[in-house]
Amino acid sequence: MTQETAVEAIAAARHYGTGSTAVKALDEVSISIRKGEFFTLLGPSGCGKTTLLRLIAGFETPTSGQILLSGKDITHIPPNERRVNTVFQSYALFPHLTVARNIAFGLEMLGRPNAEIDNRVKEMLALVQMEQMAERKPAMLSGGQQQRVALARALAPAPEVLLLDEPLSALDLKLRKEMQLELKRLQTKTGITFVFVTHDQEEALTMSDRIGVMKSGKLLQVGGPRDIYNAPVNRFVADFIGETNFLKGQLANGQVTLATGETLPLPDATGSGEVTLAIRPEQIRIAPDGPITAKLKQTVYFGTDTHCHLALADGSEIVARLQSPPSGETGLQEGETLRIAPVQGAVQILQED
Amino acid sequence: MRDRKFSITRMPGFATVAIAAFVLLYVPIVTMVIYSFNASDSVALWGGFSLRWYAIAWENEFVQQATIRSLVIAVSAALIASVLATLAALGTTRRPSFKGQTLIYVMINQPLMVPEIVTAVALLIFFAGIKVATGYTGLLYLIIAHAAFCVPFAYLPIRARLEGMDLTLERAAADLYATPFQTFRRVTLPLLAPGIAAGAMLSFVISLDDVIITEFVKSAGQDTLPTYMLGQLRRAVTPEVNAISTALLVLTVLLLTAFFLLTRKRD
Repeated sequence: MTQETAVEAIAAARHYGTGSTAVKALDEVSISIRKGEFFTLLGPSGCGKTTLLRLIAGFETPTSGQILLSGKDITHIPPNERRVNTVFQSYALFPHLTVARNIAFGLEMLGRPNAEIDNRVKEMLALVQMEQMAERKPAMLSGGQQQRVALARALAPAPEVLLLDEPLSALDLKLRKEMQLELKRLQTKTGITFVFVTHDQEEALTMSDRIGVMKSGKLLQVGGPRDIYNAPVNRFVADFIGETNFLKGQLANGQVTLATGETLPLPDATGSGEVTLAIRPEQIRIAPDGPITAKLKQTVYFGTDTHCHLALADGSEIVARLQSPPSGETGLQEGETLRIAPVQGAVQILQED
Repeated sequence: MRDRKFSITRMPGFATVAIAAFVLLYVPIVTMVIYSFNASDSVALWGGFSLRWYAIAWENEFVQQATIRSLVIAVSAALIASVLATLAALGTTRRPSFKGQTLIYVMINQPLMVPEIVTAVALLIFFAGIKVATGYTGLLYLIIAHAAFCVPFAYLPIRARLEGMDLTLERAAADLYATPFQTFRRVTLPLLAPGIAAGAMLSFVISLDDVIITEFVKSAGQDTLPTYMLGQLRRAVTPEVNAISTALLVLTVLLLTAFFLLTRKRD
């Protein structure tokens, strides 16, 4: 299946400063974002995700490389000539204009006829359920309402791509969850390509069609939420997306010898030598015939599940997440020695960073 | 235990000094205002309440002309100064910091630092040459001189407003297809307006009050209100001067109140 490309970066680099002191905010990143997908750029602060977004918006020009929009080179085109709109982290609503005038701004600048603008503004107000607030000034709105207006304003001109720069980070948890669903709904409804920037892995997993994980100006992995979660390419990705246990060992003949001396059969593994294994806490089971011995140090009750902090024979610690039984009691005693086993197919062999 | 932090207000004699300072500041002004309502001819002897001197000042042809001249000069100077100051403020804030930036600030604020009498003498000599060469002796000299020394007063509130403005707003406008000019016209300028208005008002007050530069630059028969009052004081001092001063005081207080309301931080 071939899919049309909405945005493409080709070896896009952005350096600040020159010579040996130059900071590579973005280090030759190539990425291709498909038309109509919800794409998330995920990474810790300073990883270059916002820089990449700014290059697409046109607020900054790459030091080298190219940015393409629908196959057209837009690298040196100013932001006002790109059919791309942004939802800013601070919303950046015009404080001197009403909600309706804010939403109309882009269409007015495009020189659309008044009747069309009025209709479109009404449509957008309905889309974000803000019809009652049309004549209010932004300062009179709550954070969540401002967020909706910012979204409506950016969607009104029907851009080819909508860029969202950590738009939910200023909202409280409950509102953030609501807006996650709302964003996904709007994206599906409008069919517009969304490029969403966040440092929140849960946000990325719940909303995205595909995720690009970034670190230190580089793109480490691109894939669907399940690929990223279940098959991280390296330790950083495995650690950044969700919780993970890491175990070092020697791989030989389809089994790994752990630092504890125990062996873990991995029939599908090829190659040999020093490896790092990643096992998600929810993929560990307590099994009387399990290959690993562990001492239960502490259990922490989280409602839906219970976290068991386990010490292995060599002193290293891992966490197993067990689904809480109806009684809430796992029946395990702290200090007890258990045998544990990873679920079939849950062990990932990682490259070293 | 009580917090025994050092506080200037607990120093011995603090209250005494504070009261003395306020007395010195306000007693002369209050006295002047009270005596502007004096019915007698003297500025020192109270002869009962009257609006007589206000009526006399109001009907005095010289006062009328000087007032109109003062207002024309102050309004023109304030307008010119706020336009120049807006351009200067945009030029010095809307760009990455550059070499020689401090020098530019110093040059813009030069009238605040150079003694006014020096500027006055320089303008006198400079304009004298032009007057001889062109033959023109109108009000334009005074307007230009006032606009020049008003620029730093207009510059400060405008620059403060620009520096407090969220640059993302201009970015958002560009993102929504506004050209750089449209961004300025539709976003930057409306948000800057209170700062410009404040700068214009401050300039107006500063121009209205000027004596030294006006005295040196004006041609014969071009008295402004302050230079007219100075001239009057050389002859007979009557409560008319008190009445004019009080009227000026009221106007200034009103404008400065408006200035304060425009520049105070919201939310």
